[in-house]
Order: sequence, then C-alpha cells, then structure tokens
Amino acid sequence: MDLGELYQELILDHNKHPRNFKRVAECTHHARGDNPLCGDKLSLELVFDESGRVRDIGFQGVGCAISRASSSLMTEAVKGKTRAEVLALFDLFHRMATAPMDAEHVEMAGLGKLEAFSGVREFPMRVKCATLAWHTLHAAITEGDSLVTTE
Amino acid sequence: MTAEQSYEDAGDGLAHPFVKPFDVQKVRNDFPALHQTVHGKPLVYLDSAATSLKPSVVIDAVASVYGRDCANIHRGVHLLSARATERFEAVRTQVAEHIGASSRSEIVFTSGATSGLNLLASTLTQAHVRSGDRVLVSMMEHHSNIVPWQLACERVGAMVVPIPLDKAGALSLEAYANLLDTKPKIVAFTHVSNATGIVNPVQKIAAMARDAGALSVIDGTQAVPHLEVNVAEIGVDFYVFSSHKAYGPNGVGVVYGHKALLDALPPYQGGGDMIRNVSFSGTTFADPPTRFEAGTPNISGVIGMGVALAYLRNLGSDARVHEKSVLNYAKTRLRELPQVSLVGDSEHQVGSVSFVIEGVHPHDVGTLLDKAGVAVRVGHHCTQPLMEHFGVPATVRASFGVYSTCDDVDRLCDAVNATVAFFR
Ligand SMILES: Cc1ncc(COP(=O)(O)O)c(C=O)c1O
Repeated sequence: MDLGELYQELILDHNKHPRNFKRVAECTHHARGDNPLCGDKLSLELVFDESGRVRDIGFQGVGCAISRASSSLMTEAVKGKTRAEVLALFDLFHRMATAPMDAEHVEMAGLGKLEAFSGVREFPMRVKCATLAWHTLHAAITEGDSLVTTE
Repeated sequence: MTAEQSYEDAGDGLAHPFVKPFDVQKVRNDFPALHQTVHGKPLVYLDSAATSLKPSVVIDAVASVYGRDCANIHRGVHLLSARATERFEAVRTQVAEHIGASSRSEIVFTSGATSGLNLLASTLTQAHVRSGDRVLVSMMEHHSNIVPWQLACERVGAMVVPIPLDKAGALSLEAYANLLDTKPKIVAFTHVSNATGIVNPVQKIAAMARDAGALSVIDGTQAVPHLEVNVAEIGVDFYVFSSHKAYGPNGVGVVYGHKALLDALPPYQGGGDMIRNVSFSGTTFADPPTRFEAGTPNISGVIGMGVALAYLRNLGSDARVHEKSVLNYAKTRLRELPQVSLVGDSEHQVGSVSFVIEGVHPHDVGTLLDKAGVAVRVGHHCTQPLMEHFGVPATVRASFGVYSTCDDVDRLCDAVNATVAFFR
C-alpha cells in the first residue's frame, strides 16, 4: 500500500484548507473528542433546523492530517442531513474504516467523497485518526454534551 | 553464557573483544532484530527509548531458562529449582553492584518501572504522608511517576505539587528550592526525561531534598541504558528502572531502596513468598526485599536482565561515547533542516532528541517515516504536562541505543525531508 492511497489529494487538500473550521453560534449539540494516544483534541458543534436537518456544523482543535481532513469532509457530508441519515452515514464510514485489512469487499456505496478514507484500514495505527470526528459527532447527537475518546 | 560468568568477565572491562575501539558493526551483529526490512527498506530503529532491541545473549538466556532451568524458585528442593533460584538471586547481587547499592537486600525485583513506582508511591505514602502533606513531582515526569502519586495522595488527603521547568525544559532549581520551603515529605523526579533526553542534576536535587528533610525517589528508566548510575554517589533514597529499555526482557524492573528505609516500609502486595508466617490470628512479613516480591516473579526476565546489564557493562564507556556522538550528530543535522525545531534542546542530554516539523503533525510524520523504514515514536510520550509546557500536542522522538549509527541519522533526515516535501 503506498502513501498516496492513504493521503489522497482530497485529504491533503482538506488538511491544508479545512472546511467548517469554526465555532457554531447557538449550537444545539456539541461534544469533545480526545485521542489519548496522540493527544489530539477535537471540539464539534452543530445546529439542527426546524425540519430536523443539520443546518450548520463546525469543528476546532488540533490533529493530524487524517483527523483534520476527516473532520472537514464529515462536516461537509452531514450538512443538510437528518439525524437518522447522519447515523446511517456514521455506520457506513465506521464499517469502511475498520474493515479487516484482508476484507474482500468493503461497502462504499453512499459514501461519496468519504471514500477517500478507504486507505486507512491498511494503516491500523491510523484508523482512530479517521474515526475520531465521527465518534464525536455520534456522541454529540446521541448523548448531548459529552466527551468521547478513541480508547 | 550464564549471568554470573558474563558479569565476572565484565569486571576488568577489558575481557570483551570489542571494547576498544568501539566497533558498532560488531555490536549490530549482536542484535538480530536490526537485520530485517520494513516496507521493503532496511530497518532504521530509532525507538530505543520505548524499548531497546535485545542482543542474542539475552534472547538465549531467556530461552535457556525455559529450555533447561524451568522451575519455580525459592521453594523447590529439586535440582532444577536450585539452579533457577541460583541464577535468579545472582542477578540481585549483580544489579546491586551495577548501580552501586551497598547490599543485595536493597534490590527489589518488580514487573517494571511502572510497578516499581506504584510500589513506592503506595508504601511510602502509607508510611510517611498524612493529610495536608505535600509530595513534589517534576513537570517532566512520565505519567508513571505522576499518576501513582496522585492515587496514593488522594487516599490520604495529601497534595501532589508539580516542580516547574524553565523555558528550555530543564527543572527549575530555583522554583524547586522555594517548593522545598513548604516541607514536602517526598520528592519524585526522573534522572533522564523520556521525551527530551534532558538529564537532571540528580545529585543536587537529591541533596536539596535531603537537606529539606524529604525522601527522594528517582525514576532511572531512561538513565540506566545510557549512563553509569551509582545510587550512593547520587545520594538518593529510592531508584527505579525497567529492564526492557536496557537491552533486557519486558516485564521486569528494579526498585533500589536504602536499607533502613526499605525496612520501615509496609508490604505492597500480599501473597506467597513475601511472608514469614501466615495465621488467621495475624500474619508476619518477610524482610526486604522479599517483603515486596509477592508471588512467582518473572524468573526468565530477571535472568535475562542480568545478562543484558552484563552485556552493557562489557561494552563499557566507549558505548556511551559512541551514543553521545550519534545524538550530537542527529541534533546538528536536524537543526540544519529549516522546517524542524528541536523540543527540549540541552547540553545535558542523552539517548533521545524530540522535534516538531512546521505544518506537519507528528502522527503524519510517524507514518511517512515508517514507510521509509525509519521507526520513531510520535505522540506525547506519556508526558502530557511536559507537552503542555512546550505548547505542543505531540513531538517526534528519535532515540538511540548502542547499535545506532550516523547512517541511521542520515536515513532519518532524508525521510524528514521527504515528509516535508510530501506535505508542501
Ligand atoms: C522515564 C520513564 N519512566 C517510566 C516508564 C515506564 O516504564 P515501564 O513501561 O517499563 O513500566 C517509562 C517507559 O516508557 C519511562 O520512559
């Protein structure tokens, strides 16, 4: 597996220019995520509109290229989605990122740009970098104000 | 080779064929793990501070315990048990000599530095610390020399107070002197920082503690592999280290305690071996060191550690000079790279160099270096208060052993340059 498959252009771009790297005024849901192994910290804020769709979402914190890009692409992916759609996407992403290295088939349909993270499962030490944002989002919308860790 | 034999050979420092001049290629041949490729590239192992590689003599010694002297110790009357016990106990004498303890009864075997520090935090606090008392712990400690003190102090209502560092990451002796005015009961500090390689002036820190009436505890985990350690010269009360960072097996460590002080400590864990007499009307405990060695110890590990320390002793001071020159070369080369900043740069440094690369997170550096065959540690190195002091979430740490070379450093720097280019 070569590095280009882990660090795809899209990931490098979102690392350099993260989207939705901001605080969200009057957010309805927020959570913090820590990766105690590397000391990375993420804070996520979002707000649902009256129809139950994600109106705005932003993240802040320090992290590696994989975790920044994952946060950034996640915020783009979930904007406009309902809570149930977000949870379904979480499942899909999580399954892709944690599929066994020798898995013959990994379900990608419906992931869109998030497919860029398909390489991480071949770097077991980096899977948590990609999933931290998603776990934090999951906690924000299922548990309310909370702190999650990758451990 | 048994532990005893190799230790005797080491006595005059000349018996070993490769003492002078230091022949690093010959040393490298002693370490089988060095001779492999990772991701198709020859391995450059720069993570000895996490764990050192093991020389064949150590691997063989461990195998010989299981393959021949496989018996429990201190309890069998049969020959295998006698042989295992003899080899095990010989290491106690050897360790005492290795670190300048005055008696073998001052050497307690543990399952590692972490368990040694927990043993001391728990028993010392129980014996000497009361509600409202203070324990000083430096800000550069590994979590294993912070958290056990927090847990133990919490139990008695005492306080753990950090000793601040100066900007460069060295312990501030001035702040320390002021903190000693508050009459702490115990001062715990590292000999060498595992994150920066900075060497503390341990003799001075211990003397100041003594003058203030505090007990001193040194975490020597990163010192034993790189320095000549003499607990009597340092003047410390307790000294702890792990075998696996000093070319020995995992899961073994040592607590040195000054005899009178060890005698006064309560037991830590209860069980077999640590007792004198067990009765439901009251159990009495064995004298140190046995009092602190409940249960079957890591017999092969202790014997392997003996062989490792003998191996290190055989290499002599030339190995230390060699290591220092590789470290200095690494610092010089890394300083020349425009995007690299050293973290915790000091004249008094051994074994490790920490750095960050502008605009590239250490985790990404670690993955790219790995792909280039270069094994380093990235992260906070279990020293989060120290990372906070430097204002970084994590660093890249390259650490060295007796087998490290300037070629390793060149491969590291090439990989760092490639990493910078990749993320530009
Ligand atoms: C300075 C220091 N102290 C303590 C420890 C803990 O040692 P062990 O994991 O062997 O118990 C380490 C290991 O990382 C260390 O570097």
